[in-house]
Amino acid sequence: MLELRNPDAPAVPGEATAWKRKDLLDTDTLSEAELHLIMETAEAMREVRARPVGKVATLRGFTVITLFYEQSTRTRASFEVAAKALGADVVNLTASGSSVEKGETLIDTVRTLEAIGADLVVMRHPKSGAPYLAARNTAAGIINGGDGTHAHPTQALLDLFTMRRHVGDLAGKKVTIVGDILHSRVARSNLWTLLASGADVTLCGPATLLPKTLAASTGEGARCTVTTRMEDAIEGADIVMALRMQKERQDRGLIPSLRQYIASYQVNSRRLALAKPGALVMHPGPMNEGIEIAPEVAHGLDSVIEEQVANGVAVRMAILYLMATGRHA
Amino acid sequence: MNETLLLRGGRIIDPAQGIDGTLDIQVVDGAVTKIGAGLEAMGRTIDVSGCIVTPGFIDLHTHLREPGFEQKGTIATETLAALRGGFTTICAMPNTNPAPDAADVLRSLRERIERDARVRVLPIGCVTRGRAGKELAELAELAAGGCVALSDDGNPVPNARLMRNAIELAAAMGMPISEHCDEPELSHGGSMNEGRVSERLGLLGQPEAAETSAIARNIALCEATGARLHIAHVTTARGLELVADAKRRGLAITCEVTPSHLFLTEEAVFGPGAEPAYDTNAKINPPLRTEADRRALVSGVNAGIIDAIATDHAPHAVEDKLCEFDDAAFGISCIETALATVTTLIERGELELGAAIRALTSGPAGVFPFPPDLGSLKTGARDITVIDPAHLWTVDPRRFASKGRNTPLGGFTLSGAVRAVVFDGTVAYEMEPAGA
Repeated sequence: MLELRNPDAPAVPGEATAWKRKDLLDTDTLSEAELHLIMETAEAMREVRARPVGKVATLRGFTVITLFYEQSTRTRASFEVAAKALGADVVNLTASGSSVEKGETLIDTVRTLEAIGADLVVMRHPKSGAPYLAARNTAAGIINGGDGTHAHPTQALLDLFTMRRHVGDLAGKKVTIVGDILHSRVARSNLWTLLASGADVTLCGPATLLPKTLAASTGEGARCTVTTRMEDAIEGADIVMALRMQKERQDRGLIPSLRQYIASYQVNSRRLALAKPGALVMHPGPMNEGIEIAPEVAHGLDSVIEEQVANGVAVRMAILYLMATGRHA
Repeated sequence: MNETLLLRGGRIIDPAQGIDGTLDIQVVDGAVTKIGAGLEAMGRTIDVSGCIVTPGFIDLHTHLREPGFEQKGTIATETLAALRGGFTTICAMPNTNPAPDAADVLRSLRERIERDARVRVLPIGCVTRGRAGKELAELAELAAGGCVALSDDGNPVPNARLMRNAIELAAAMGMPISEHCDEPELSHGGSMNEGRVSERLGLLGQPEAAETSAIARNIALCEATGARLHIAHVTTARGLELVADAKRRGLAITCEVTPSHLFLTEEAVFGPGAEPAYDTNAKINPPLRTEADRRALVSGVNAGIIDAIATDHAPHAVEDKLCEFDDAAFGISCIETALATVTTLIERGELELGAAIRALTSGPAGVFPFPPDLGSLKTGARDITVIDPAHLWTVDPRRFASKGRNTPLGGFTLSGAVRAVVFDGTVAYEMEPAGA
């Protein structure tokens, strides 16, 4: 059996640190103790991955099905590698070429997967809220691998894990997220984990791509700043995260041109000079190098973008482990 | 069957005649003959003490779904639902397939109504052929066939010039247009109100400006033509201000509000829990708005700026709502809860009783060209609704007469219920006694 706990780690204050959730749909209702448990477990998983054979058999006999209604390379592959590293059986399904194309409803699909024997279903869907519908209608555990423009909890958790490894305690740290915040599930889920960790969050982008009320509705409005001014946003930042800017936003008239976006909001070395020395550079991928992020920054000394991907496997192992073992606890 | 009845000891409210008092009402051979104190009993006597007796309600905005969408509702099921909801006259929106845009479809619809309807159904015809917004429907045929109004409800008339012509032509034939005011370029793809909750849930919203800009355009067209115009389901405080201003300036504008927008806000989409519900039963077009909007609409009813509470009853089949939020159909099945939401708002001290009854009776009676004395208890009136304002009940959609079980109010306890309905001179509905 895998030794997950570091015996020297301090006990989490407050409630017992058992995982009780059937599903992981977003980060918005995760308690401090739950976040701590995920981070601690992910640290143990990272150690597993660092061993010569980075695999264990903890989840032997568990079945994880990835159900992707949207294209994805890293999230799907990351979950597959994570599940296999824990010894689980993995089945990958995509919407194209499946019963979905024959008109099967989401509810029927997840019930079918449950009947086949899925313990956990990792789901990506283009419609916001779809995993909530799935979760209410199956006994299988649902992990949200990204829903529309709503949430991407495992990305936020791997981001948090990466930040903590480099910066330690995030309390009072300035984290700046730049780009199409309004349509970003990554930004939304990060907002919850960052505020819960005590960070000050600055959301920056063109006015048409910024949320108008989200900061206030977090209940932590004082620690969440929304601005169109890139220089203010990046000034003194400990961490700068660039988001993918889609050409489609120009086509819809939300921004005048990608050229102007680059001129105003690209994370480049000149702008990064305004941040704290050694500020972390992050990106959830896939990058449009030369658009939202300059290549010299993306591959610079302070970039942890590849490490985010590597940590993604450890964090997803932690989530799969907690959810699978929690189901039979 | 024309009944002879004495409804004894209720509080009779008839805004059309300015009556509000504890009185008896006598019906002879199906028609009201007398309202007064201590009337001598003739025929059956029903003790309605503690109840409110009003004219049968008029709904300016009902979706019956037939023909074309019988899995959602039929004339038989939805008019029974209307009856149980206290509505004796309902105006059927033309969102059907085929849509009543010419004499032949209208004739077939009227035959179905004649055969199946449990209350008075007056059809609303299309403004444009097939509700497609391209060319005008056969307006003269629709007028001759008895349409009380025209609407492309759900599809606003996008072309301002076409709309101007339609308003003018329809008014000359005695039919106002009931317009769903929405600027489609602004609301396109939006599945709820744009604001706090839509941002939180990552859903594309419909901004307030989509409604207000369309109301402003249509008021301008009303002014340009001098013709009558009815604004369907106002949902925003600012939109209501525009209507109030137009009325102050003497324009021939009327408007309605739905009980859903009086009772609920955008928060219903999120639901009551810590985690979002994405409640598709709270998905409605135009969308549920903010608490400030809701309060303004309640005030608008109290002040008489809003002429009618109209249900926009929109029954759907289970599968239309049991799906992803963006894919779910718009609409709430509410004709059986409409009165109870209104009386609950009265109980909470928000709506005023007299204003609310006016908005269900004499208010809507003045909006479309109805037969005379509809919505009143004048001598000869044949429709009466009896309300038990103290009756507490919990909404159970499985008990609806409507085929549409799509309500966000399931499990809500509401105060007030329809106790009995006299339709066309007959006691057509009586609430089951308590405990039955």
